[in-house]
Amino acid sequence: MAIRVAGALESKPKKGVVDPIELLGRTILRARVLEDKLGNLYRAGRIVGGVYLGKGQEALSGAGGLALRKGDIFAPLIRDMAGRLGFGEPMVDALRAYLGSRLGPMKGRDGNIHRGDITRGILPMISHLGAMVSTVAGVLVAKRMKGEKGRVGLTCAGDGATSTGSFHEGLNLAAVEKLPLVVVVADNGYAYSTPRERQFACEDLVDRAKGYGVEGHGVDGTDPMACWKVLQHAVERAREGAGPQLVVGKLLRLCGHGEHDDGSYVEKKIKSSERGRDCLKVMEEGIKKRGQEKEWQGWREEAQREVEEAVAKVSAEPVPDPFEEDWRATQSDGMAEVMVAS
Amino acid sequence: MSVTYLDAIRSAQEKALRDDPRVFIYGQDVGKFGGAFKATKNLAEKFPGRVVDSPISEDAMVGMAVGAAMEGMRPIVEMQFADFSTVGLNQMLNHAATTFWRTGKPCPMVLRLPSGGTPGSGPFHSQSMEAIYSHYPGIVVMTPATVEDAYTMLLEAIELPDPVVFCEHKLLYYHLKSEALPESAVPAFRARVVRTGRDITCVTYSAMVHEAVAAAEELAEEGYEVEVVDLRTVKPLDTDTVLASVARTGRLLAVGESWPWGGASAEVVARVASEGFELLDAPPKRLNAKDTPIPYHPNLWAAHRPTAVRIAAGLREVLRY
Ligand SMILES: Cc1ncc(C[n+]2csc(CCOP(=O)(O)OP(=O)(O)O)c2C)c(N)n1
Ligand SMILES: [Mg+2]
Repeated sequence: MAIRVAGALESKPKKGVVDPIELLGRTILRARVLEDKLGNLYRAGRIVGGVYLGKGQEALSGAGGLALRKGDIFAPLIRDMAGRLGFGEPMVDALRAYLGSRLGPMKGRDGNIHRGDITRGILPMISHLGAMVSTVAGVLVAKRMKGEKGRVGLTCAGDGATSTGSFHEGLNLAAVEKLPLVVVVADNGYAYSTPRERQFACEDLVDRAKGYGVEGHGVDGTDPMACWKVLQHAVERAREGAGPQLVVGKLLRLCGHGEHDDGSYVEKKIKSSERGRDCLKVMEEGIKKRGQEKEWQGWREEAQREVEEAVAKVSAEPVPDPFEEDWRATQSDGMAEVMVAS
Repeated sequence: MSVTYLDAIRSAQEKALRDDPRVFIYGQDVGKFGGAFKATKNLAEKFPGRVVDSPISEDAMVGMAVGAAMEGMRPIVEMQFADFSTVGLNQMLNHAATTFWRTGKPCPMVLRLPSGGTPGSGPFHSQSMEAIYSHYPGIVVMTPATVEDAYTMLLEAIELPDPVVFCEHKLLYYHLKSEALPESAVPAFRARVVRTGRDITCVTYSAMVHEAVAAAEELAEEGYEVEVVDLRTVKPLDTDTVLASVARTGRLLAVGESWPWGGASAEVVARVASEGFELLDAPPKRLNAKDTPIPYHPNLWAAHRPTAVRIAAGLREVLRY
């Protein structure tokens, strides 16, 4: 059963207590404003290659990132801008990756969503779907061997990624090892153009938890505070030693697969269903009911300023220079093959 | 009317679906959507039930094709990008490739790989996989460079009784155009002399053929005649055509877009060095991409792959010897 926290948004903030509604609300806003900007930069021809956005998925993603602590591991996928910001990835990292700044964590060698910073616990995804599940499991195995306690790893996947052998093998391995791993599946009903009926035959992906021998949690991915609660709970369960947690959020991606795609294959019926709600609007309405309309406006303006400042900063940064690039793929010396005229 | 490289691939599949009831297409988003690159556009409507969307399960997709081929069908599997075919390698290399040798029964299937680099595509959407597949016995590996070859070779691939890896270059999809689909084809497994010349032979394949021709034009202004040989199929490799060309020119530069360790260009140099040593007036050389993953940023990407400028420099180096 999907959890839904009706009315939770209306509870008033308490002085001196972290207000989850503000935390998640601001994260959703920052992600949306930043992604709107990335879409504009793409259309203005300033980004080479694809732009992949997570509009409509910010609540689930953001709640995941925010549920983690410093020292935990986060392995986001293509629609996890909110999760990244929630976990603490600096906004400039996204822009540096997309605009190919030499100063970014990937130095222009890799771009867009394939960014990360291993030293900060953000694993840079490879494109091959499902691959990060076992990788995060490996980080957690290593932490256990080193005697590091109380760390959680969280990785994200789409409904389509659950069809990969990697996903299955990774989750099974983590279950056998009883690792503190949280796998968040954003079931947005489509993998690129492929609807869920062509992807899997079970009714609800969360039902698979039992088969893997892990705890499963379904959630309405359009309901921000329900996402918050479920992710807080799942991360806590993982942290206290209950083994892997499978969280499945139902929602819709409110953009194309990439910005090159208009998503015209998404059925109208689904767009107008509950699943098609925009979590940002749900958040905004709740905030208004709480009487924090002014604050919301302020957070939005703050996010806009932050985005504009980051774009201005990164736009002035140097791009990669092939003559200064060292062209080595190994840390060991003397490995690179050198050819004629290279 | 003009036909693009991509149109040729779509048309070849359409013809095969029309002419041969055993043919079907399986791949992610290939159905109503027409595929990530639109190589199967409108085919699902025209051939109901035969152009089918798969889950994101490359290992199972290739395995399914192996089974269907054993049962007498002619499956075409589209990988969304060549790079993701690594996930299906086990079924292709250990199953499809060994079937005929182990059983005497054919395993006719085509694995279509949208291959090669384009600006901004980065390490996981740019790879050229021909070297890996060619290394394994039991697989034919085709790397068409022209609209005509894209069409005729894909039809050939579908007809062959063996597993074929069909490497389509994404950079050629939309930009490379011809007047019409070809009426005739170069014989199967034969290389083609694209441009004749007497001073040096440049052997290459796929998108690099066009870079090599541009380099040959640059060198023509300096008074050198470069002969460009397009391998078309890298496995089997048409050593005879290569040796015949080197016999005319006495010099060789082999070029490939993939990485430098091993691969088709290494194979060409090895064969010429061992079977055509006396034909050579200079050491045969090779030019490939740099030995790192394929960079995202266009500045780096342009310096990573062989280009006309780098090929011209390589040719000059061999000519100067
Ligand atoms: C192994 C593999 N095969 C194919 C792809 C190409 N691809 C990238 S995203 C995508 C669709 C993913 O769908 P889903 O997992 O539902 O995530 P969503 O895009 O809906 O967020 C595909 C097929 C890939 N990245 N990896
Ligand atoms: Mg999806």
